[in-house]
Amino acid sequence: MQMILDLLAKNGLVFAFVTIGVVMWISYQLSDRLTAGRLHGSAVAIIIGLLLAWIGGTMTGGSKGLADVPLFAGIGLMGGAMLRDLAIVSTAYGVDIREIRKAGVAGAAALALGIVVSFVVGAVIAAAFGYTDAVSMATIGGGAATYIVGPVTGTALGASSDVIALSVAAGLLKAVLVMIGTPLVAPLIGLNNPKSAMAYGGLMGTTSGVAGGLAATDKRLVPYGAMTATFYTGLGCLLGPSVLYLALLAVTGG
Amino acid sequence: MIIYGVAALAACHLAGVILGDLLGIILGVESNVGGVGFAMLLLIFATDWMRRTGRLPPVSEQGILFWSAMYIPIVVAMAAQQNVVAALAGGPVAILVGLAATVACWALVPVVARIGGQDAPLPPLVAQEG
Repeated sequence: MQMILDLLAKNGLVFAFVTIGVVMWISYQLSDRLTAGRLHGSAVAIIIGLLLAWIGGTMTGGSKGLADVPLFAGIGLMGGAMLRDLAIVSTAYGVDIREIRKAGVAGAAALALGIVVSFVVGAVIAAAFGYTDAVSMATIGGGAATYIVGPVTGTALGASSDVIALSVAAGLLKAVLVMIGTPLVAPLIGLNNPKSAMAYGGLMGTTSGVAGGLAATDKRLVPYGAMTATFYTGLGCLLGPSVLYLALLAVTGG
Repeated sequence: MIIYGVAALAACHLAGVILGDLLGIILGVESNVGGVGFAMLLLIFATDWMRRTGRLPPVSEQGILFWSAMYIPIVVAMAAQQNVVAALAGGPVAILVGLAATVACWALVPVVARIGGQDAPLPPLVAQEG
């Protein structure tokens, strides 16, 4: 038994292919039999993935979900930033460049609006809970953008570590919500064409959330959403500790 | 050969990420700005040129299409390594902030998508392929 476990751990990436293959198969079966295909198989698979991440995280106390269990370390490589980004780039193959040009203005507007709105919402709720100094408000506002913008803003401004932890949690929750919620809200917000997908990527910003959420909605929308989402975190890190913080400082008076 | 397609994809990925990092340095942020987006644009233009000049036969094309088809399983593996425990452990402030920011941005999607005229939905999927 131990020999087999060692062997599986040593062939981590290969074992990850088997594991994810099984998860996909179970998900599509569940989607067909329980929801008559109404909840897409890939949406079920992502929810099971998040559930496994929760189980892994509770078991090990680590920060990388199931990938912290030594046997499943290969999942970390398979779903890590390197292969994920390679797969995202590959979805651009066959994309219609005219669609991108047509949605350029909407995409740029979505980016600006998405960052500012998340930031304001986060800062206002932070203030309502007693975090009334501009540094904490900006950090939690950054977390409302993505779980990277929050800590980058907080570190730049010298926020306390519990505020930074809060901003990471808020951003992570947003990523999880976007992953699960996108297929559910898609019909309500008209998310069914390349242009709305580009607006979606720019507004939501979380690359992992958008990548997972659009995959579960309609795979053909993925490249358009990913295209704008990939600018979001960088722009957020640029605006958070500078323009947005200064605006907050002016509003709160210090 | 299939590897030509994979190599073209990988080269575009790397070139895009390098561009994004450079842009991040120029803007003075500790983050990659649009690297994957640049990589996608590079891939679109590079493969278009390769196809027009006959340098991308269907076999090479398979090298790109394989990764495109692996996209959803890779995203599932990504989901399986999210820090879900930390996301849920942030207390009421984190939960409210995450929830409110998500809902507010969802509500804005139809507004922004209407800029410059509304688009028709994509035709429904016929065959299901994963």
